Amino acid sequence: MAFTSAVITFPGSNCDRDMAVAIEQVCGGTVHRVWHGDADLPEGLDFIALPGGFSYGDYLRSGAMAARSPVMQAVVRAAERGVTVLGVCNGFQVLTEAGLLPGALMRNAGIRFVCRDVKLTVENNQSLFTAGYDAGQQITIPVAHHDGNYFADDATLDRLEGEGRVAFRYGESVNGSARNIAGVLGDRGNVLGMMPHPERMIEAAHGGSDGRALFESVVRGLVAA
Amino acid sequence: MKVRVIVTLKNGVLDPQGRAIHHALEGLGFEGVNDVRAGRVIELDVADSTSDAALDEMCAKLLANMVIENYRIEKAA
Repeated sequence: MAFTSAVITFPGSNCDRDMAVAIEQVCGGTVHRVWHGDADLPEGLDFIALPGGFSYGDYLRSGAMAARSPVMQAVVRAAERGVTVLGVCNGFQVLTEAGLLPGALMRNAGIRFVCRDVKLTVENNQSLFTAGYDAGQQITIPVAHHDGNYFADDATLDRLEGEGRVAFRYGESVNGSARNIAGVLGDRGNVLGMMPHPERMIEAAHGGSDGRALFESVVRGLVAA
Repeated sequence: MKVRVIVTLKNGVLDPQGRAIHHALEGLGFEGVNDVRAGRVIELDVADSTSDAALDEMCAKLLANMVIENYRIEKAA
């Protein structure tokens, strides 16, 4: 079966093309580009990606306006049907604002925008997104964000840890995130939000290819399913 | 009807912006500033018939993020 995916573009998205190229190169199939004002998604999607950027100029709160855009109503319905959804950076912020993932992403604890490669630990390699990594594997993926400081109350954090829903953890404090959490899975495992950019690490020319296994995991998991 | 929505961070939620403002005030030589919390004020002009329930819904659905923020509604007399 042909792998069918969509990359959503909001006004102010700036990693949408990188995301589409990563999916095309690693997953193959058809990548639809969908605009934020579209109320409907293409038929038969296996995978939806929400890219990084500064949707709606980060007005009100990062991701807040995008989370209420017409296309996000359709993305929420698709996620509830079980379609696989990845949100990277601003996409992660949109997923929390839309209620598809718990918690919130606040201003970095050090105030500064952080733009550099960071070490991550793969905390859970049993998920659809991370099956191609080894448990506990150390990988290097770049971050570029101002609001990446993951916050949730202790009960929520304990539940996420207990349910294996912390997908990635920073190897050091990067932005003040609670328990150094870098990526979180939804309760059904079909939604992942992460601040680091795997689509910027898929070939040697990027300085590494540690992000590639994420896209390989998704396509393997979905095409085999 | 003019309505003012004051959005503040919940107690216990670290406020990096407030902390930076605090440092800046100290840098300017102001003493005795114990703490600074930054928030947001949103002014709405709504139909007089707008219900309190509708205002609450606007706050909870969009104007505040209830995971990290509280809101207070003030109606102009």
